[in-house]
Amino acid sequence: MSELMLARLQFGATTIFHFLFVPMSIGLVFMVALMQTIYVVKNDETYKNMAKFWGHLFLINFAVGVVTGIIQEFQFGMNWSEYSRFVGDVFGAPLAIEALLAFFMESTFIGLWIFGWDRLSKKVHLACIWLVSLGTMLSALWILAANSFMQEPVGFAIKNGRAEMNDFFALLTNPQLFVEFPHVVFGALATGAFFIGGVSAYKLLKKQEIDFFAKSFRIAMIVGLLSGLGVAFSGHAQAKHLMESQPMKMAASEALWKDSGDPAAWTIVAGIDTDKQENRFEISVPYLLSYLAYEKFEGNVPGMLTLQKQYEKTYGPGNYIPPVKTTFWSFRVMAGAGILMILVSALGLLLQYRSKLMGTKWFLRTMVALISFPFIANSAGWIMTEIGRQPWTVFGLMTTAASVSPNVSYGSLLFSFIAFTLIYLVLAILLVYLFVREIKKGTEHHHTETGTTFDPFGKEAVQSWN
Amino acid sequence: MMELNELWFGLVAVLFIGFFFLEGFDFGVGMAGKLLARNDLERRMLINTIGPFWDANEVWLLTGGGAIFAAFPHWYATMFSGYYIPFVFVLLALIGRGVAFEFRGKVDSTRWTHSWDWVIFIGSTLPPFLFGVLFSSLLKGMPIDESMTLRAGFSDYVNVYTVTGGIAVTLLCLLHGLLFTTLRTVGSLQERARHMAQRVVFFVLIGLVAFTILSYFQTDLFTYRGWATTPMIVAIVLSYSFSGLYIAKQRDGWAFGMSGLGIALTIATIFTGLFPRVMVSSLDSAFNLTVYNASSGAYSLKVMTFVALGLLPFVLGYQIWSYYVFRKRVDGKDMVY
Repeated sequence: MSELMLARLQFGATTIFHFLFVPMSIGLVFMVALMQTIYVVKNDETYKNMAKFWGHLFLINFAVGVVTGIIQEFQFGMNWSEYSRFVGDVFGAPLAIEALLAFFMESTFIGLWIFGWDRLSKKVHLACIWLVSLGTMLSALWILAANSFMQEPVGFAIKNGRAEMNDFFALLTNPQLFVEFPHVVFGALATGAFFIGGVSAYKLLKKQEIDFFAKSFRIAMIVGLLSGLGVAFSGHAQAKHLMESQPMKMAASEALWKDSGDPAAWTIVAGIDTDKQENRFEISVPYLLSYLAYEKFEGNVPGMLTLQKQYEKTYGPGNYIPPVKTTFWSFRVMAGAGILMILVSALGLLLQYRSKLMGTKWFLRTMVALISFPFIANSAGWIMTEIGRQPWTVFGLMTTAASVSPNVSYGSLLFSFIAFTLIYLVLAILLVYLFVREIKKGTEHHHTETGTTFDPFGKEAVQSWN
Repeated sequence: MMELNELWFGLVAVLFIGFFFLEGFDFGVGMAGKLLARNDLERRMLINTIGPFWDANEVWLLTGGGAIFAAFPHWYATMFSGYYIPFVFVLLALIGRGVAFEFRGKVDSTRWTHSWDWVIFIGSTLPPFLFGVLFSSLLKGMPIDESMTLRAGFSDYVNVYTVTGGIAVTLLCLLHGLLFTTLRTVGSLQERARHMAQRVVFFVLIGLVAFTILSYFQTDLFTYRGWATTPMIVAIVLSYSFSGLYIAKQRDGWAFGMSGLGIALTIATIFTGLFPRVMVSSLDSAFNLTVYNASSGAYSLKVMTFVALGLLPFVLGYQIWSYYVFRKRVDGKDMVY
């Protein structure tokens, strides 16, 4: 494996691992804030316990999200120094603002929230959790502003051999950001919702604390359905935008080698042959791709071979076709999981409305299995977005091969890759272990209070003198 | 009229001063978990003294890193790729430490908590040591070539000078953490923290003097901008001497304040000694990275200046408020971790 591949593998592993926790944090803290709001408005203790129980799980998750985020911030410089030199002017700014505006906010107010239950007034304490929620969303906004620049570079000019910012406002109004940000945030809310929904279903199956978890389930399904629809609409907007900004990614995600012809059919599955640059077979729905691309039932979608010729003319010789199979299948996994989640959350609400939820065991079991779906969909979505942009790091400006640090040796890379992967594995195991423990314990012990009074001359202290 | 490049160098310095002042004491408290606490309750008390703060304190580092990225992309690129392995260790340590605070109390088992106590200790000792190594080698100079690429060997990172710097910074943080403990706890723990601080301040002074003497031979700290750095170094030594006096008089607030001043002055001296360079090349001074050749364009700096100066007062405001909310000492009751 080359140094470039190893660096890419490490970046991919780090980013995917980090992004298992990020959407869950954004989604969970929003729902915890929602629950605590109901508590403050209705003065119903159930909702206070709800905020505490789910808040507890949120904190375990948040900790892993925070620490893996530190790697995210520094790995651009560590592994992609040439990239950082070239675009730091434009790309560094949103990252710095993210830290200054969002990280400080979430980290300070999460401390106030955890330790402030008895020290702050109800309303101020509620404001703290909403500020954490706002912080997580602002963080998403700025990091996606940075990512959108990689998909669709705007607001810069090439000067002194570097991309220098010349329009900050353009960076913020990047059309790519307008479709990407809602898609990611709705996806995050759905992740939190399906986690709460799945865990509640598990507790309902066990017939434990039925009232508590039935109420949690309802909130989860409402948020789940609404955000699922939000994901779908913003996803469609993104696909449409892709036609203008990165048609090659669109073609690759459809495994469309030659032009589609008019009207374009949407391929459900295909046997892709990347050597011969054709598909062995396809099963497709007529008209659908034209609709996805243009919102009407006509229009030709250009294929990869056509685009390759165009790109060669614009950017010089080279291979501009991304890994087709990965892009094609990750898109289908993401979209399939998304549609399933919308249907299931609608069904869940219907069952609960008709008071048939507790009796429908197969549905509750499905909900438990479905906890994994948002995570799969989130990862698949990013794999499609980032792999589909290859060979570019910044579309049309800089290739991945030119971005890597020239001074980081193979040995260093191998060491860091193994070390980071091992620590991710350990963290994942610990996290699942702690989640299962806390969920099994239920709401009884969600607040660790010792109740012991510290007596400097007491038994424990006296022992400590020896 | 000061140029924005220079202003941003100052802002980066301020962010690192904030980082070492704040995270400095919670690194120190993390070390004290093994060095000072004698039982589980005391260890939990220590963690609870920094419980509401450590996460936000660490953000000072992230913001410092982000500010370097935005304002000085070449500095960011050269430093983070050039110090690849040290940063891998810093990251591993910070990851372990961060989850340890959250996970430690979740399972009722001695083996579980003991393991996490070690993670906290190593995770709190290694980063200040490595940052000490980093900053000393920045002063000493590293093999940076004409393309701003740093290719260094083991002895460039690890040598008598950088290790002395590493130990000195670790000791500064330990002292700062012990003094923070005297402010935030009661009873025997508080008394022992004070007692240990009294011994540590002595080692801090030895470490600083050793580092200063080595700096005289290894760096241009006294020739390049000696008129500024010499009085600053004297002020650092005075701060820690006063800190020692106040510890003896049991005036904990003053002792902590003096230790904080010492940390702030130490970081300020390093940045003053570098300016206007951000990374010194040991190959040829023409290859130095400076605030002028490593920076972003004028437009980017202007935008970032507005953003930073607009946001910083709010950040400082709510952080100070959070310290005010949790001003009560940790007495072993109502603890979260």
